[in-house]
Amino acid sequence: MDFTLTPEQEALRAEVRAWLTANIPDEWVNQIVGRADVPRAEAYDFMRAWQRKLYDAGFIGLTWPKEYGGRGLTFMEELIVQEEMALAKAPPILNILGVGMAGPTIIAYGTEAQKSRYVSKILSCEEIWCQGYSEPNAGSDLASLQMRAVKDGECWVISGQKVWTSLAHVADRMMLLARTDPDAKRHKGITYFLLDMHLPGVTVKPLKQLTGDAEFNEVFLDNVRVHESEVLGGVNNGWAVGLTTLMYERLALGFGLQVRLRIALDGVVDLARRMEKDGRVITKDRIMRQKIAQLWIETEALKYTGARGITKLLKGEMPGPEASSGKMIWVDTHQRMQELAMEIEGPYSQLTRGSDWAVEGGLWQYTFLRSRANSVEGGTTEIQKNIIGERVLGLPKD
Amino acid sequence: MNFGFSEEQELLRATARKFFENECPSTFVRARMEEPGGVTDEFWTKLAEQGWLGLVYPEEVGGTGLGFVDLVVLMEEMGRASMPGPFFSTVLLGGLTILEAGSTAQRKEWLARIASGQAKVALALTEPSARWDAAGVTATAREEGGGFVLSGTKLFVLDAHIAEAIVVAMRTRESGRPEDGVSLFLVPRDARGLEARLLPTMDQTRKLCEVKLGDVRVGKDALVGTKDGAWPAIDRVIQRATVALCAEMCGGAQKVLDMTTDYAKIRIAFGRPIGAYQGVKHKAADMLVEVENAKSLTYYAAWAVDENSPEAPLAVSMAKAYVSDAFRRAAGNGIQLHGGIGFTWEHDLHLYFKRAKGSEFTFGDATYHRERVAQLISL
Ligand SMILES: Cc1cc2nc3c(=O)[nH]c(=O)nc-3n(C[C@H](O)[C@H](O)[C@H](O)COP(=O)(O)OP(=O)(O)OC[C@H]3O[C@@H](n4cnc5c(N)ncnc54)[C@H](O)[C@@H]3O)c2cc1C
Repeated sequence: MDFTLTPEQEALRAEVRAWLTANIPDEWVNQIVGRADVPRAEAYDFMRAWQRKLYDAGFIGLTWPKEYGGRGLTFMEELIVQEEMALAKAPPILNILGVGMAGPTIIAYGTEAQKSRYVSKILSCEEIWCQGYSEPNAGSDLASLQMRAVKDGECWVISGQKVWTSLAHVADRMMLLARTDPDAKRHKGITYFLLDMHLPGVTVKPLKQLTGDAEFNEVFLDNVRVHESEVLGGVNNGWAVGLTTLMYERLALGFGLQVRLRIALDGVVDLARRMEKDGRVITKDRIMRQKIAQLWIETEALKYTGARGITKLLKGEMPGPEASSGKMIWVDTHQRMQELAMEIEGPYSQLTRGSDWAVEGGLWQYTFLRSRANSVEGGTTEIQKNIIGERVLGLPKD
Repeated sequence: MNFGFSEEQELLRATARKFFENECPSTFVRARMEEPGGVTDEFWTKLAEQGWLGLVYPEEVGGTGLGFVDLVVLMEEMGRASMPGPFFSTVLLGGLTILEAGSTAQRKEWLARIASGQAKVALALTEPSARWDAAGVTATAREEGGGFVLSGTKLFVLDAHIAEAIVVAMRTRESGRPEDGVSLFLVPRDARGLEARLLPTMDQTRKLCEVKLGDVRVGKDALVGTKDGAWPAIDRVIQRATVALCAEMCGGAQKVLDMTTDYAKIRIAFGRPIGAYQGVKHKAADMLVEVENAKSLTYYAAWAVDENSPEAPLAVSMAKAYVSDAFRRAAGNGIQLHGGIGFTWEHDLHLYFKRAKGSEFTFGDATYHRERVAQLISL
């Protein structure tokens, strides 16, 4: 057991830290955080510019191969960068699904042409990706998806509907799962496509979320012609490729979300120092101290359980179904943290963006509402528990 | 960075698991529960032969010179076996206190004998007030005739009744700061005026005593460490012993999870193994997640203690807070998922359930440690 870093890693840490201090934009602190009523389009522009800046400085895609815009480093370097971002309260990037899922999956399964065509543009945020898995009748039971792809010459002709597709309204590409062999067993007849969202026949209809924002969408495909070179990982092999994406998703969650959790926790502590309850600063309330300390401990636990996973990765083992437990704990901890922020604000928790009495411009009201989705998106908590029970503990299928 | 165990440590784990499976099956544990001693000479000698009684003591005093990360591996296996006996009290309380606070001569005299299995030494710290902080030490030692006279009552003292000697924490001076004025004395158990009385305990694998000191006279040479200034050493002992206890609890929790998943695969209800039902499966998944987190925090605390990291006090309190809750819940859920058989004396689950309860309140429960965390993060 050894938490010391190599001199190169220490140097990287110092480099990122200095860079972040110099480069985190003021408007992030003053406008995006401070005023949650910034229109989403503006926030997207901001996040796009920020990601570009990270890319130019080489602080994104550290583990990706050099020839595709990455730096060919290990997960350790990635972790160092992520930790520094947490400490500096760095803004989020825009192309989160591209960087977290599409990129690693294309690197794993792509042809040479696909890799050089797509990968670096994901990092630089030139092309935004979305994930087209869920359908109206296929969510948890993803293998029952009905989006249909029929071969016609060199093209696949694809029709059907996706739903809950995050960022589809700004995306250039989609990781798309469609059924290519309706006669095969459920899992066998699915193919993974790299879809150009600008093709004729693709229609995106934003759906308003309970936060009031429209960040996920319905996506309709009406006889969209997709060239066969856009199949990733082979025809009818989409289930395996798609699972890889999900595995990376959960791994990315382990990294990135742990960082977000830390930032949120620091925010909760700040809030508790400033707000009062019954005439006393919240941090002096015995019960509230217990609750904050508990979340602190759980956030640290997640970090160290993550570090054990990374150690396995560094030794060359693949991320296993244990990644499901990381996602599940993250969700649970984050949701309780958001609840605690509301409890700290007390009656003020009712006031949202637009009110000059709202705490921090209504930021926590938004993050609290948004956190309800955490236990649904990326596989529900119930499904994660099934995975842990069956694939980690070896319990029989239900 | 490497947050995993070395090959040697994995080997230690494998050796220990095999050893306890052979030497400490539940029949052995149950036999010891019925006896006041809680250990056999034969078993104690075998632990010594493995080098485990001196695992964390330096080589120059007869130990193996390993660290707390190594110890954690061993403790997990002891917890898995629900091992009875005075290992904890002798090696990690009495012995560790002598190591931390004792003179070179005292270390030489006692640690080699502890490591070789010849001596058992207890630590009498807590009192009827059940406090783990310095203010809890109120039993007094007053100077008289070139020595000291000790009086007061110590409670929750592990294995005092079978120890050759007891290290007692006494107040030698009243001052504004409770941390000032605490001293340690090494007292033979057969000293005049000392009475160690075994108390019936819920967890019968842990033997707790009341120790009454009725004007016990000791010489100056009984002092362990400096007069009035023993608290920092005691604090370090508590910190280290807490890490070891957390590891033991993790081992117990893992064992409960293993028993429960094994059972859920074979017990049939409504025509299917109960593990197929989500009410069972999801509880088991929750247990796994908590047990893994408990281990992560414990391993980190062990590392921090080994490195003398400034974060060690925080790491230890985080671990104890989390592990206390996790083991209690795992043991409770384990019983629930076993149904009626889980409530029987015959089934081993209650050994872990009771151990979890006892350990929860040893060195402070989750509430106590969360408050410490709050202080350490400057809330
Ligand atoms: C904010 C947000 C963003 C999203 N973004 C995307 C995206 O970008 N791309 C994408 O493809 N999808 C996206 N999703 C969709 C998400 O993956 C699905 O909502 C999720 O997988 C659940 O599917 P469902 O909505 O059909 O619910 P259902 O599958 O109908 O589930 C309903 C309830 O039943 C439970 N349930 C279902 N099956 C079982 C079972 N076997 N055992 C126990 N309980 C069960 C579920 O846990 C849930 O509580 C997003 C969702 C949200 C909320």
